[in-house]
Amino acid sequence: MHSSIWLTLLILVPIAGSLLAALVRHREGASYLVAVATAGLETALSLVVVVLYNGHVAGAQTFDFASRTVLAAPFGLAYDVAVDGISLFLVALTALVVLLALLGARDRRREPAFVGWLLVLTSATMGSFVAHDLLLFFIFFELTLVPCYFIISQWGGPERSRAALKFFIYTFAGSTFLFVGTLFLGFLHQHQAGGALTFAYGALSATSMSHGTALWLFAAFAVAFAVKSPIWPLHTWSPLVYAEAPTAGSIEMSALLAKLGTYGLLRFAVGLMPLALATMRPILLTLAVIGIVYGSALACVTPDLKRLVAYSSLAQMGFITLGVVTGSKIAMVGAVLLMFNHGVITIGFFLLIGFIERRRGTATIGDLAGLQGPAPVLAAIFTVVMMASIGLPGLSGFISEYLILIGTFATHAWWGVVGTLGVVLAALYLLWAYQRVFQGRVEGPNVEVTDATTHERWVLAPVILLIVVLGVFPKPVLDRITPSVQQLIEHVAPAGVSK
Amino acid sequence: MSVNLPSVHYLAILPVLILFGASLALVLATSLVRGHLSRRLTTSVTLAAALAAFVTAFFQWSDVARHGATSTIAHAIVLDGFSVVAAATVATALALATLVAHDWSVRERVTTAEYQILSLASAAGAVLMTQANDLIVVFLGLEILSIGLYVLVAFDRHRATSSEAALKYFLLGSFASAIFVYGAALVYGATGTTNLTSISYFLGSNVLLRPGLLYAGGALLLVGFAFKVAAVPFHLWSPDVYEGAPTPVTGFMASIVKVGAFAAFVRVLISALGTQLATWRPILWVLVAATTLVGASLALVQRNVKRMLAYSSINHAGFMLLGLWAGTIRGTAATLFYLMTYAPVVVATFAVVTLVGGAGDERHQVENYRGLARRQPWLGGALAVLLLSQLGAPLTTGFYAKYAVLAAAVDTGAGVLALVALVAATIAAFFYLRWTLALFADSNDEPARVPVPAATGFVIGLGVVATILFGLWPGPLAALAQHATVLFTP
Repeated sequence: MHSSIWLTLLILVPIAGSLLAALVRHREGASYLVAVATAGLETALSLVVVVLYNGHVAGAQTFDFASRTVLAAPFGLAYDVAVDGISLFLVALTALVVLLALLGARDRRREPAFVGWLLVLTSATMGSFVAHDLLLFFIFFELTLVPCYFIISQWGGPERSRAALKFFIYTFAGSTFLFVGTLFLGFLHQHQAGGALTFAYGALSATSMSHGTALWLFAAFAVAFAVKSPIWPLHTWSPLVYAEAPTAGSIEMSALLAKLGTYGLLRFAVGLMPLALATMRPILLTLAVIGIVYGSALACVTPDLKRLVAYSSLAQMGFITLGVVTGSKIAMVGAVLLMFNHGVITIGFFLLIGFIERRRGTATIGDLAGLQGPAPVLAAIFTVVMMASIGLPGLSGFISEYLILIGTFATHAWWGVVGTLGVVLAALYLLWAYQRVFQGRVEGPNVEVTDATTHERWVLAPVILLIVVLGVFPKPVLDRITPSVQQLIEHVAPAGVSK
Repeated sequence: MSVNLPSVHYLAILPVLILFGASLALVLATSLVRGHLSRRLTTSVTLAAALAAFVTAFFQWSDVARHGATSTIAHAIVLDGFSVVAAATVATALALATLVAHDWSVRERVTTAEYQILSLASAAGAVLMTQANDLIVVFLGLEILSIGLYVLVAFDRHRATSSEAALKYFLLGSFASAIFVYGAALVYGATGTTNLTSISYFLGSNVLLRPGLLYAGGALLLVGFAFKVAAVPFHLWSPDVYEGAPTPVTGFMASIVKVGAFAAFVRVLISALGTQLATWRPILWVLVAATTLVGASLALVQRNVKRMLAYSSINHAGFMLLGLWAGTIRGTAATLFYLMTYAPVVVATFAVVTLVGGAGDERHQVENYRGLARRQPWLGGALAVLLLSQLGAPLTTGFYAKYAVLAAAVDTGAGVLALVALVAATIAAFFYLRWTLALFADSNDEPARVPVPAATGFVIGLGVVATILFGLWPGPLAALAQHATVLFTP
């Protein structure tokens, strides 16, 4: 058992960084340096956690770095953190996303405030992933809204105000259900077990409830997480928001915050209400495959690169949902892996689109053509990221999608069949977009486009590295994920889940 | 013939004595001194009185801790944990509002001492309400609280809207008081007593074969309270009055009226009519749903921030009623926690509005706030925090206030009502955010900087620090509210 100080540091370091960035705001560029240093430190800390993580602590159910301190007994509020194999790589992703977003999507407009909000967002997201208590999770989960809202509303595109409000209200409305569900579950547990009010994950997961109660609670949780992910049909906020947000904001939201939804679904909806899973499964599977097909179809016709990635994310979130709810171990492992891989791939996409936008002032596909002539390296990197997203064997996207589809075919073949369509469609819309943007005749302002600078290459290097390494040798990651998924499945198993 | 005077426990009524005494002393001083009392002096006296009332709370608390809840003056006044905490909240709100009013009176060149005199009297009324254990005393407190406020609302003689608001408040307020008294009379008719404890005892040990009289009386009391806390459908006065009143008065009103009225409301419903829970709960259910939803929805269409805050405070009243609806210790503690945390936030919010309103108290459109946080990061940022706290964002006290009442409701089995209230909170989020958006928006014209005088700045800072500090660590306040209601005598 490792000390929880590491996780506490992961939450506090970004906050300290944002305060420091605010202090040095009058010196040109100083706050940016502070932010980058903070993000670097955060990444280093998260690597320490990944390396130290030990999933075999006796009696801790693969949770490590755990500790619990009660903050307000009447409210049942406690500071309670831990990571297991499911959250471990999301913790790493959180740190990586902010580092790359800062390095690759620098926004010089009122920089101190911008980097400050990014760091606060990192802290809140980190808190959500390491929270081992439902109430604490909810608090961090809600808290992510505030920095996101400010980032979109102040640094976004022309329709930023509408996008920011839409984002906040949608997510806030979704989480009201989670809030009531959380309270209900807490009191249900208190009335059963007696003693003080608590929202500790371990305690709540032992709550017994009727099938009807479980259904209602599951539905309430699922709505909140479906809005966040987004899962069809609660996705309607996402294209506008991803398109209007500044590049760094889009990266944070689609690469990272979307995972809060699927993570929550897996950890809290499935983990705490396993009884409901059997009944809810057909619904969620259907929504997931609709999301896959619908997102892919829209990605085919959208005229904007950012929206294309947004819709493709919708499809990818569909895959993850598929893996989370099928209940087969192999698909669930795939889903957890895809959360990380999709995060990395999305960072790559948005960084690349940001680079193109910086050169051409637009991300509209129709305005771009033949970029591979003047910018071959940019095109090459785009190809790698794209191939990973399509699921080319040897790159990271393949392994995770493959695991999910194998698991789905074994347990729910027909949904698997429809889901596979998404892989085909992904190839279609990405290759077609590539053709339109990078191939063809170079004319007009597209001739002027310069190739990736050294700085840009270095920023994209970790993305490419992770895509290739995890595509070829995912074993160390899978070894950490699998025991935790096994643990979860064993907890869920009585509710009729195949191992 | 001899008169038996009831024994008086002076510690119990000390805060009322201090506040009312200070008010009377200022009245005397203004009539004895030639010319005007200096502004600094009257403010200092008010502050000292508020501070003394606050400090008294500590002695009262230890008295309650040692001897338990006690009643005095023929059981008409109680001293219990609940009253102590509520009174301390009133004292805090008074002190903060006085500081804001001081800077405001400098700006508006108000030289007389009436403001301080009246606000002290009103605060004394609010404290009396928190301790009232008799319908007559509740009524006394209510009137002392209100009469001062009627005049304060009309305080800005240069603006016609101020007098109009005062007249409206006075007419509707007296009407509500009349209804309340009539309700008290009917309850007396049904139970033979106006003492809350005795009412409870009577209802607990007798079965009313024809409860019509009691129900009618209870309903009228409910209407009286609903008017004072501005619960829908008895809220119509509040936007006009909030808008018309001088802004510091609005802040003062929004905080202490809520504390006083809710404290008395809790006592009447829980202590006296607790046995009738099944009867009043459905009514309150409707009140909560209507108040939260209507308050939030109507705030959406407002462009004037004072009207917007009026509807926002209606929305908050709905949440406080939710704790009351639960009718449990947890619910009462939640409402108390809500009041404790809401009071400083709302005073600080109106302090910002006072500053931005500028000389003449006119600039209250949302447009006047465009780019405020860009020009003055500290002031704009503080307002943003205060608004986020009212919205219920995590890591502010506003979140835990909502959390506490919702938890109480869910604990009592009102998942649906909690959802309704949360839907209202979502709607409310919309207008808090729109205002916040304006704060951070680019503004084309370059309006003058808003001056921030020291005392008002201090109040705003205190509000912000309190909301974040206890938002990070709500333990002490939550425990206080919990203890306060454990020491609650029915």
